[in-house]
Parts: sequence; C-alpha cells; structure tokens
Amino acid sequence: MLLDVQNLQATLGGRSVLNGLSFSVMPGEFIGLIGPNGAGKSTLLRALLDLTPCDGAVALGALDAAYVGPRERALQMSYVAQEREVAWAVPVEMLVALGRSPHRPGFAPLTDADRIAVERAMQRMEVDNLRDRPATELSGGEKARVLIARALAQETPLLLADEPAAGLDPSHQIALMRLFAELAANGKSVVASLHDLGLAARWCTRLLLIDAGRIVADGPPSQVLTPQTLRDIYGVEAFFGETSGGLVVQPLDLVAADTGARS
Amino acid sequence: MNDTFRYRLVLAVLALVAAILFLLSLTVGPAALGFTDGIAALFSAKAGAIELIMREIRLPRALLGLMVGATLGLSGAALQGYLRNPLAEPGLIGVSAAASLGAVIAIYSGLTMVIPLALPLSALAAAVIAVVVVQALAGLRGGTLTIILAGVAVSSFAGALTSLALNLSPNPFAALEIMFWMLGSLTDRSMSHVWLAAPFMLAGWLMLAALGRALDALTLGNETAASMGIDMRRVQSLAVFGTAASVGAATAVSGAIGFVGLIVPHVLRPLVGARPSRLLPASALGGACMLLAADILVRVIAPDRDLKLGVLTAIVGAPFFLWLVYRTRRKLA
Repeated sequence: MLLDVQNLQATLGGRSVLNGLSFSVMPGEFIGLIGPNGAGKSTLLRALLDLTPCDGAVALGALDAAYVGPRERALQMSYVAQEREVAWAVPVEMLVALGRSPHRPGFAPLTDADRIAVERAMQRMEVDNLRDRPATELSGGEKARVLIARALAQETPLLLADEPAAGLDPSHQIALMRLFAELAANGKSVVASLHDLGLAARWCTRLLLIDAGRIVADGPPSQVLTPQTLRDIYGVEAFFGETSGGLVVQPLDLVAADTGARS
Repeated sequence: MNDTFRYRLVLAVLALVAAILFLLSLTVGPAALGFTDGIAALFSAKAGAIELIMREIRLPRALLGLMVGATLGLSGAALQGYLRNPLAEPGLIGVSAAASLGAVIAIYSGLTMVIPLALPLSALAAAVIAVVVVQALAGLRGGTLTIILAGVAVSSFAGALTSLALNLSPNPFAALEIMFWMLGSLTDRSMSHVWLAAPFMLAGWLMLAALGRALDALTLGNETAASMGIDMRRVQSLAVFGTAASVGAATAVSGAIGFVGLIVPHVLRPLVGARPSRLLPASALGGACMLLAADILVRVIAPDRDLKLGVLTAIVGAPFFLWLVYRTRRKLA
C-alpha cells in the first residue's frame, strides 16, 4: 500500500471542506478524482502533501505522514499544482531539473542519473524541443506540459496532479492519460483530479467521486459513473456508451428542474 | 555546458571589476597620494601620515563599500527570489527603517557623545527588534504576503518615530545631524565600524547563501516548492533573519542607501539565465561594484562638498529604474 488515508478532515476559513474521507492507494492504480467545483478535490490533494492544515491519519507506505520530513515526502510523492506559476524566465530544461531537488544533497550538481531522469521526463511530455526556451514565454498548454515533466523528473512512486489535463489540446490530453496509465501499469500510482468525465471514464483504473467533502462513490469507472450519480451529483444528463477502448461518457444537458436536480 | 561557462564568466568579470574599483577607492581622496605609495603604506611597518590615512581612513571606507554593496546586492536578490517579486528590496521587511530609527535615537538622546559606537549598536538593536516583530506577525504558516504587509507596517511606524524625533529635536544641529546621517554615507568611518558590522554581515551572508536551492524551487511557487522537499519554515527564517543581520549591520554603519538592492538583481538577472541561485553571488559582486563606484564618484564629483552616497545612488538609480520599467513594460503588460 502506497498511501492510506483515514477520516481526513479539513476546514478553510471556518468552512468544513473535507468531512472524513477514507481511502487507500495501491501500487499500479490510476485514480481519477472527480466531483463538482468546490467538492474538495484540490484541498484533498493539498492535505495529502501537508500544504493545508488537516486532521486524520495519513500513512505514507509504512510511515505516519505526520512524522515524515519534507524531503522524504518529496521522494514518495510528487505534485502538479493547478496554478501554473513560473516566476522567472528560466530555461525549460533547468525548470524540469528542479524536480530532482529532493534527490540531490546540499550543493551537489546534477549527476548522470539526474540528467537521464530529466531527459526522459522531457521526452515523455514532448517538451525536449523546448529545452532552451524561457518557460515564461511558452503557451498555456506547453507550460502545463513542462510543469508535468518537472513532476515526472521527481520519479516518485506516487504522483498527485490537480487538473493536469486542463488547457491541453485533445492529442496532448490523450497522450497524458496514456502516460499516466502506463506509469500505473509499471507499478507506480497516479491520483489526478479531472473534470473531463470522458477522459476519466476511459483511462482511469478507479474513480473517487467526491461531493461536499465526502467520498460518495469509489470503484471502477463503470460503477462510479452511472446516469443516476451524474444526475444526483452534477445535475446533468449524459450519453453512455461502450466501445472496444472502454466506457464512453458525454454529458449532454442539465437535468430538468422537475426531475429532482439539486438546487 | 554553455550557460555554466557564461555564468562563470559573468562572476569572473564582476569580481575583477570589484577588485579594480576597490583599489581605485583606496587611491581617491583629498590627500594627494600616489597609487604605489598608498598601497605600499598599507603594508609598511611605519606609522607616518600616509600610513595613517591609508589604514585609518581609506581602507575602512573601501572595505565598507565592498561589504555594504555586497550585502545590499545579495539581500536584494534573495528577497526578490523569496518573495517572487522583482520589486522587492532589502528595505521591504522594515530592517532599514528600523535601523535608521535606532541610529536617530542614539543621535537624539546624545548617547553618541558618551559611547563611541552607540550609533551603530543602537541601529543594530532596532533592526533586531523590527525583524522579531515581523517574524512574529508572519508566524510559521504566515507566507510572503504577511511578511510584506508586516514589513510595510514596521517601516511606517519606524518612519513616524523618526519624524517625531526630528519634530521634537531640541536644536537645529541635532536635526541636521540626523538628516545627514539618514542620507547614507561612508565618510569618516573607522576600522571599528568594519569590525562591528563584519560578524553580522558574515552571518547574514551565510544564511542568504544557503537559500540558493530553495529559491530555484520557489520559481514554481510555494506549494510546488514544498512538494519538492523544500522546508518553507526554514526558508522563511533564513530569508528574514539573513536580511536582518546583514542589512541591519549595513544600515547601522552607512545609513540607508537605496536602489542598490533593487537595481543590481534586475540588471544581472538576464545575464545568469534568470536562475535565482546563480543570481545570489552575481548580485553580491554587482552590488559591491555599484556601491564602490558610487562612493568613488561622490569623492570625484564634489571633493569638498561631502556629497552623500545615498543621494547619489537615488539620483542615478531612480531614472535608471524608470528606464528598466520602460524597457520591460511590454513583458509586464
């Protein structure tokens, strides 16, 4: 078990955002976090990284996360934040190499192993042709890919990503989902919050549906994504289909008021 | 690697320029001493007039120019990296204003007449108090915005108290002395000023230099940096206390000298590939160059008028900064 969460609770500005979530992550899982805006997906990811105060027990492997230092945590979990912040016009290659920070003691320079990891991460995200460009001058989608490459270069057993697919074109969205699925197939685990239910249904091995700080459904996509849950939680009607590649879900319209949509 | 070579070249050139300016600073002054005579006097065993001038007047002045300039450049680069804001400068966290207040209290109360080093000591004490207040306000999870706001509040309060001292000044000479001191200068400093400031500056430099890796990671924001194993509490303490120790000591011996800590990192950032860790040593050397050059200029432009160093850096610095803003405004928009 990579990660075990018991009864996780968090409040933001006096408002309760996470109301006792419990779940665990096994090696080889690609978990999609889905749920409406404000459901607590980002707060959950941030709580796992100790970026926001929270109560409850988080175990990282065999260790209690409360006693794990920042650097040891960074060797276990990498994180792609929702905000794509790059303060200075540093070259892409140097930015990706920042992901190697927890692997490098003190003032040590990059080792060959570090360079190989950086190169592999850039190739996986197809940003190796951008290596000398200042990261602040990239398009939104390019910057997103560079920042994901940075997290990949960290080479952790567990990757947490907050809406990594937002702003990517369809081919890069699918390439990203393929990559996450491939990482999972190789024994690593990915937990990514997603708003595109079609991508979530098709590529994730497991979905956690979160609403109002609680897990309302947990299981394979075909069990979590049903016409009834989409109506209850999102208030939308959707088209459901089945192809050789897996489940197809396409939201179509809002649920009409008299069929019991949430206000 | 190509950009590593360029970075080393930038450092080498800056170090060379700083060394040349340091030697020039030793040879400029009202006493017309030959270059070789002066340098020889520094190392001679005699105790004549030339030796006295070189060792007791020019050497401390040049050393302080080097140290204060390096402090302002280094702390400016560190704070801009830590706050991820190109407008940050060493005075932002309230250290400069508080140190000035401490100095003014020493002048105003007449302590400077009784104890020779009362002025720098009192300035240092005030800087320490200010930074403890800022750090306490910001707290452990305070974050950068709280530090900026706390710094602004502390600066304003210290400024108000300084104005009060001027306002209530018992005689015009005390007021004039306060005003002149606040303009910032390296004139008539002794080796005891150097020895007083050096330990604090050194401690501050070490703390700020240790930030390099963390500042690189902070390019991607606080949360991503934390997820890469950066201990944000440690970074905050190092940035705040490192700035306080070095800039507090610098202000204590030289008065408030503006614009160096703001401009030098700006100018050098493109030359080091914008990388915050590489900007630290480059900016320290660049700050030393700028301050030594300015201190030579004040002696050359108006040898008999005691033009204040802080006045010159602001007169040259502010228009230069405007030009920088003009040049980069397309990028900022």
